[in-house]
Amino acid sequence: MNDLGSDTFLRFDNVKKSYDQKSLVVKGFDMDVEDGEFITLLGPSGSGKTTVLMMLAGFESVTSGDIAIAGKSINRTAPNKRNIGMVFQNYALFPHMTVAENLAYPLTVRKTPKAQIKERVAEYLKLVELSDFGARRPGQLSGGQRQRVALARAMIFEPTLILMDEPLGALDKNLREQMQFEITRLHKQLGFTVIYVTHDQTEALSMSSRIAVFNDGVVQQCAPPAELYERPSNAFVADFIGENNFVPGKVITLEGTTAQVQTDGGTIVAQAVDGLAIGHACRVSIRPEKLFIPPTSHAHDNALTVRFNTRIYVGDFIRYYFKLPDGTDIIVKVLNDLSAPEFADDAEAQLLWLASDSIAFPAG
Amino acid sequence: MKRFPEYYTIWNIAGHYGLRIFALLVLIFLMLPILVIMPLSFNSEPFFTFTEGMLALDAEAYSLRWYQEVVDDDKWRLAIRNSFVVGIAAALIATVLGTLAAVGLASPWMPYKRFITALLLSPMIVPLIIIAAGMFFFYTRFNLVGTFAGLIIAHAALGVPFVIITVTATLSGFDRSLFVAGLSLGAGPFKVFWDVVIPLIRPGVISGGLFAFVTSFDEVVLVLFLAGPEQRTIPRQMFSGLREQINPTILAVATLLVVLSAALLFTLEALRRRSVRLSGSA
Repeated sequence: MNDLGSDTFLRFDNVKKSYDQKSLVVKGFDMDVEDGEFITLLGPSGSGKTTVLMMLAGFESVTSGDIAIAGKSINRTAPNKRNIGMVFQNYALFPHMTVAENLAYPLTVRKTPKAQIKERVAEYLKLVELSDFGARRPGQLSGGQRQRVALARAMIFEPTLILMDEPLGALDKNLREQMQFEITRLHKQLGFTVIYVTHDQTEALSMSSRIAVFNDGVVQQCAPPAELYERPSNAFVADFIGENNFVPGKVITLEGTTAQVQTDGGTIVAQAVDGLAIGHACRVSIRPEKLFIPPTSHAHDNALTVRFNTRIYVGDFIRYYFKLPDGTDIIVKVLNDLSAPEFADDAEAQLLWLASDSIAFPAG
Repeated sequence: MKRFPEYYTIWNIAGHYGLRIFALLVLIFLMLPILVIMPLSFNSEPFFTFTEGMLALDAEAYSLRWYQEVVDDDKWRLAIRNSFVVGIAAALIATVLGTLAAVGLASPWMPYKRFITALLLSPMIVPLIIIAAGMFFFYTRFNLVGTFAGLIIAHAALGVPFVIITVTATLSGFDRSLFVAGLSLGAGPFKVFWDVVIPLIRPGVISGGLFAFVTSFDEVVLVLFLAGPEQRTIPRQMFSGLREQINPTILAVATLLVVLSAALLFTLEALRRRSVRLSGSA
């Protein structure tokens, strides 16, 4: 067995997965997870995130590379011997058992004494606020309640890790937010380690200590939520996480981390990422909420002239759609207060922003 | 008078009643031959027709003598015992094998699924007489003709398709993630199968088993070919009863069989409802 640094709680070492021995679904996944972290694997469907989870749980074999817990490779450990709890999107509660029997199952399998099982089931039912529901069957519970039972069942045997595969995907929006809060609370209270898979970025941003953004079997960036949002390392992440505008242009100067970019509407200044070269095409990203329409008291060092297209009333804010001279769409979000301006069709407008709020990525 | 929607024409109404009358006629056509034997089995005379006394509902014309005869006759007693022994043994074997086959066939990694399914279901499709003839010649090599073992194996083979069909039907509603969840909770594959899969597919297993039992119970062709005098079952005894000593004993037996079948059917339905209730609305 490989020794993979016994100090690391969970380590993925160049993990690859292929179903057909030709194309890779996961192309060399590396990650170190600390005890107690909440890691989210985020990405569009088919990006390989669920495959990573399934390999960790043992339901898919690892084509090459190693997954190690506390320095010991678990590649050759059967799924039922890995001591990893799992929460499924469809809950996967046993319909022929009561809620209490569902919770007791992992303990019964481990031959825990009966009295202790009873105690522990009561404790965890209380933890997920379902104390009165022990005698019910899953079929008699609502979606949110079922998911809480599923959570309790995955936690009750105190597994090394808890995996969650889009656990909130089947719930409606309000319930989803409530459950996000619930999961975060349990995570803080009990301090377990979570690997969470989702394609919902708000879920990822609000719950995780770190997020790994997947695309096409490769991790594009792995960082805490704020860093991922503010400092995306490439155009895919900038586009995938939150909303973003992309202004096309050409790099004319490059000084340290600052780049001057020539666009159809004039020269702008932006943060530069690695891989940018003078004279090459680039795309400058600016978040819709970082753009301002004059008159404004916000500081700014970039300005572009645009044409008004349409505005959409969303409620708490208003979305403005503008067009750059080259036809690129620009979206601006403005809080719905007295300063939200009105425009005539095709009217010219100025958009202002800070150079530090925009990032220039290589085009392509 | 039933209220029809106002747009109904006279033809719609005629169709409405016409359909009901037709359905009733079909039902009578199917049930009459079965129902008619029941009163006849209480005939006090050794005839297969309604006597005048019976039609006049005279209590003297009715009796339980043919039932008494069934109970007293050694041949019938042996046949009843044989039918149950063979039926239960064959149903048990068919249930175990059929369930395992259905579970295997439900796996997404099963190769040649269609071919194997067709092969396993073939006893249901191939004419019985062909199976019987084939088995006869096959069994002579192994000295299985005229043995209980031979008859039980043959009937088990007939019952397997029923079990496969009913278990496959319940498995199609089985959520594979339950199995995965069981593994993730620390139970080995066999334990998960026993604790989770079996309880959930139990209705299919039981109804398949009952079908297999009934199949064996009223099977006569294989018995004619393969059974010796020691293995005579109820249908075989009825068959010879019809030819040798025509009296309403066989009607009494037939009535008993109808009652038994009805009882099995109700059991089946009760089991199904119970399982639906236990698993909740999910």
